[in-house]
Amino acid sequence: MAQTEISTTQQEEVIRLQPSRGWTALNLPEVWRYRELVYFLIWRDIKVRYKQTALGAAWAIIQPFFTMVVFTIFFGKLAGVPSDGVPYPIFSYTGLLPWGLFAKALSDAGRSMVANRSMITKVYFPRLVIPIASVLSGLVDFAIGSVVLIGMIIYYNHIPIPSAQITPTAAIITLPFFILLALITALGVGLWLSALNVKYRDINYVIPFLTQFWLFITPIAYPSSIVPEQWRWLYALNPMTGVVEGFRWALLGVETAPGLMLAVSSTVSILTLISGMFYFRRMERTFADIV
Amino acid sequence: MSDIAIRVEDLGKQYKIGMGPSNIHYHTLRDTIADTASAPFKSLSSRFHASKRKGGDQKTTKKDPQHGVIWALRDISFDLRKGKVLGVIGRNGAGKSTLLKILSRVTEPTEGYAEIHGRVGSLLEVGTGFHPELTGRENIYLNGAILGMKRLEIESKFDEIVAFAEVEKFIDTPVKRYSSGMYLRLAFAVAAHLEPEILVVDEVLAVGDAEFQRKCLGKMSDVAEEGRTVLFVSHNMSAILRLTEETIVLDKGKMELRAPSSKAVDYYLSSGFSQVGERVWAKDETSVATAPFHPSSLRIVDRFGRVANTVRSTEPITIEMHYSLEAPITGLRVGIYLTSAKGEHVFTSFDTDDSDLYDRFRVRQIGEYVSRCVIPADLLNEGRYILGVNASAFRIMRYFQDEQALTFTVDASGAPGTQWSEARLGLIRPRLEWRIEQDHAKVRVLTPGVPPILDGQPSGEYDHD
Repeated sequence: MAQTEISTTQQEEVIRLQPSRGWTALNLPEVWRYRELVYFLIWRDIKVRYKQTALGAAWAIIQPFFTMVVFTIFFGKLAGVPSDGVPYPIFSYTGLLPWGLFAKALSDAGRSMVANRSMITKVYFPRLVIPIASVLSGLVDFAIGSVVLIGMIIYYNHIPIPSAQITPTAAIITLPFFILLALITALGVGLWLSALNVKYRDINYVIPFLTQFWLFITPIAYPSSIVPEQWRWLYALNPMTGVVEGFRWALLGVETAPGLMLAVSSTVSILTLISGMFYFRRMERTFADIV
Repeated sequence: MSDIAIRVEDLGKQYKIGMGPSNIHYHTLRDTIADTASAPFKSLSSRFHASKRKGGDQKTTKKDPQHGVIWALRDISFDLRKGKVLGVIGRNGAGKSTLLKILSRVTEPTEGYAEIHGRVGSLLEVGTGFHPELTGRENIYLNGAILGMKRLEIESKFDEIVAFAEVEKFIDTPVKRYSSGMYLRLAFAVAAHLEPEILVVDEVLAVGDAEFQRKCLGKMSDVAEEGRTVLFVSHNMSAILRLTEETIVLDKGKMELRAPSSKAVDYYLSSGFSQVGERVWAKDETSVATAPFHPSSLRIVDRFGRVANTVRSTEPITIEMHYSLEAPITGLRVGIYLTSAKGEHVFTSFDTDDSDLYDRFRVRQIGEYVSRCVIPADLLNEGRYILGVNASAFRIMRYFQDEQALTFTVDASGAPGTQWSEARLGLIRPRLEWRIEQDHAKVRVLTPGVPPILDGQPSGEYDHD
C-alpha cells in the first residue's frame, strides 16, 4: 500500500511506511506472496456465485446458448451474415464463449474494489489481488460453457452435411494462449476501471455501456473478413478481435492463422495491462481513504 | 541489533474534509472537471500556504477550513520495544483508528514515517470478509487468508478455532443462519489465532456477551504474556489496565501523554471529559445507528437540583437520562452502569428493574422521556466514577450503549470516618450502624467465682468506665 521498502536482515522484516509520491514500482513479488489469498477469493466467488439460484451453474450455459440462438435466427438466417463456411451456430458460439469470459471478467474486475471495500478499509494486502481474483474466477463459467461447444461440434459431425464437418487440428493447442490473451485484456481494462471506480462511481454506469459497445466491434456475430483488408490492422487494435479470431482458428480451422491481427491485438493487450497496473498502483494509496 | 518493534517519527495523516473514513463522499467526473478548471489557482494558493506553515506555528491547528483539510493525526512519535504491550486511549475522533490504520498498512501517512520490525497482524475489525452465504468452515479459511494466515497454518489451528468459538455443531451451516453472538464468536476466534510478531488491535473486545468478552480478554492477555508486541486500542479502561503496562493518550490527533497505564488512565479520565456533570448527544451523532431510540443527555444532579461534576458522598445523587423515542419500543429498559476509574464494576441498574414499573412500561410509546434514579447518600466512597448508559430490549436488541458517557467525582468530606485523614479501601463507603456494647455479663461471671489469678488482665476491662 504505502511505499514500502522491505529489507530482510537476520530473518527480520523491516517495513518503512512513509508517504509515497508519483508512480511506484509494481511490487509483484508481494502479490505472489499473497497468492493463497487470490486462490481463496476465487474460491469464494465461485462458491457464492450461484447460491440460492434455482438453476445454479446452468446459468453459465443458458446465457451464451440463448444468445447464440438469437444470433443464429437474426444474423445467421434473417440477415444472412456470412460465417466463414462454418455452421452459423458454431461460428457465433465460438465467439460468444471467449466474449462471455472477457465481459464477465471485465465487469467483475471493474467493480471489484468497490465491492470489497470493507476489506480494503480494514486489512492490508496488495490490492492487485482483488481484480486478479475477479478476473480468474470467470474461468469456471468459461469451462462450463465449453462443454456446450464440444457438444455442438459432436452434433454437427454426426449430421450428414459434409460442409458442416469440423475436425479440430493441431492448432487447438494454442487455445490456452487465446484464453490468456482474453484474461490479460480484461485485467488491463479492469484495473483502469476499478481504480477509477474507487473515486468516480460513474464507472458503474460506464461498464455496461462499454461491454455492449465492445461486443459490436468484436467479430462475434460476423466474421472479421467482412472488414475491408486495408482496415484490418485498425480493427485489430481491439484485442478481442485477435482473441475471437484466434479461437475460431484454433477450434474450427477457419482460414489461416490470424498472424498480423494477433500481433497487433497482443501488443495492445499487453500495453493495456502494464499501464493499468501502474495506474492502479498509483491510485492504490488513496483507496482506503476514499472508497 | 535493535530491540525496537515499532518506531514512529513525526507521523501525520491528513484527510480532505468530506473524504474521511466516516464521511463517504463520492466524486463524479463532473466534480473533477470543475476542480481541474480551478486547480491551477488552488495549487498555487496551497503551495503558498504550505510554505508559510512550515515556518510558522500553524502546525498545531487541527482543522483548517480554509483549505478543506483535517489532520486526523499529527506529530506522533514513539518507540515500542519488542515484547511490550502498549495501550492507546483517547476519545472518539482522537486519531486512534487512524494510527492503527497507518501501522497496519491500510492507509499511508501524509508525513513522517513508521518503521515496523517484524510481521504485523492487524485486527481493526473482526470478521473482515466474512461472507453470509458461506459456512462457518469456509469462512474460517477465507477470513484467515484475508488476515494473512497461510493455508497450512489455518488447517493446523482449525479445531482450536472452532472450539474457542463454540460453534462445533454449526460449522457446516452458512453463517447467515448464525445468531449474532455465534457470528462474533467465530469472527473473533479466527482473529485470536493469528500469530504475528506484532499485533495491532482495535476495539475488538467490545463484542459479544459479557462471558465471551471475558474469554476474549483472557486470550488477549495470553497473547501479551507470550512476549509478542501488541498495540492495543480500547475504550475499556479495565482491559487497558489489565493488559498493558504503558499507555499513550491521544487527543485531537496529538499525543498528549505516554505514561504507565494507571497514570495515563487517570489522566484521560480526569481531563478527557470536559463536560460538567452532563453529557449531551447531538442528534446526528447517534440517530442512524440507534433509531428509534435517541439519547439526548445524561445528567448528574445534586441535592439542590444543580447539574454537578462533583457530588458529596453524604448526599443523595440523582442521575437523569433524557431520551426520545420515534417509534414505540416493547420491552425497552434504560439503565446505568457505574464503574470506578480503575474499571471495577460497582453496579448495574435498569429503570424497569422494579416489577411494577416493568409491567407499566411494557411498551413505551413515542415521546420524550426521562429515566431518573437516586443513588442514596452514604453509599459511594470518594474517587472518580464512570457512568455508562445502556438502552436495550433484553435479548432482542441493544439500541444504545455508551460505557463511558460521563465521569464524576465523589467527595467524601463529612462521610463516616473522615475524622481520620486516611484513604479508605473499597468502592463503597456506607454509613453502617455501629453499636458498641460493654459486656457486663462477662465481668459478672468472672467476679463471684474463682478469685482472679492474674490481677491485671480482667481488671483492665473496668478501666473504660
